[in-house]
Amino acid sequence: MQTCAVRPSRHSTFTHSTSATGYNMLTKHEKELIAKIWDKMIPVASDIGAECLLRMMTTFPGTKTYFAHLDIRPGSPHLRSHGKKIVLAIAECSKDISSMMVTLAPLQTLHAYKLRIDPCNFKLLCHCILVTLAAHMGDEFDPVAHAAMDKYLSAFAAVLAEKYR
Amino acid sequence: MVVWTDKERAAISDIFSKLDYDDVGQKCLSRCLIVYPWTQRYFGAFGNLYNAEAIMNNPMIAKHGTTVMQSLERALKNMDDIRNTYAELSVLHSEKLRVDPGNFRLLSDCLTIVIAAKMGTAFTPEYQASFQKFLSVVVSALGRQYH
Repeated sequence: MQTCAVRPSRHSTFTHSTSATGYNMLTKHEKELIAKIWDKMIPVASDIGAECLLRMMTTFPGTKTYFAHLDIRPGSPHLRSHGKKIVLAIAECSKDISSMMVTLAPLQTLHAYKLRIDPCNFKLLCHCILVTLAAHMGDEFDPVAHAAMDKYLSAFAAVLAEKYR
Repeated sequence: MVVWTDKERAAISDIFSKLDYDDVGQKCLSRCLIVYPWTQRYFGAFGNLYNAEAIMNNPMIAKHGTTVMQSLERALKNMDDIRNTYAELSVLHSEKLRVDPGNFRLLSDCLTIVIAAKMGTAFTPEYQASFQKFLSVVVSALGRQYH
């Protein structure tokens, strides 16, 4: 029935995939593309990070429940500094995607034992990161870049959730 | 009954007023087929979907993208009764086309991203929230007649 080339299928949301390192899912070209995009975001990490968080909390109000301890009004310094942390972590990891499991080990522990954010929220933030990238990159965020970035962020989220249970 | 604020109605109307259906429809549908390749299973009769370039240049996909956007316009014009407006389309998708309703969300996510790329920062968080609320009502209406 399918006339297209068959590519290995992937789940759009991972639950317990120990092979979700991004290593097998991404081609060399895709990894370079991802690293290049995040490299450009590093100097504007606070702006980008704050925007991602604000989009998520505006579109999915349930996610605000995790931020009762912060001032999450648009432009707030809390939003900017928290957003910056997230963007820098994603950017750092993108420099060596094959080592994701090692790089993210401390963040895995943090999210599993201290923050305990329900992992269903990770994909909400991932979606808002994609929207933010699209808004800033325009046509440059073409379908190939979008596909690569979606795969990378899905893998990132899956690894983050690995120590939950 | 879905309740829309005046701000939400204005945001959604404003977004639609800026859209070229041929352009956005083609971009949205082709992006969905590229980013979520399993959705290609529903387009077996649409010709060459071999790679991203083929999908982006496929005229049947482009034409279908326009059709999707025109349907969304019907929802826009009947915002207070999207459920009934889409009843027939829901039956079509469930009984004839047999589309897994989970895919509706994938297409709506791609549409959101195509519009963000087009509007840039004018696609504010508030606009995004209003538009995604609209799309989630559409998606829910499309999924209603599945039994």
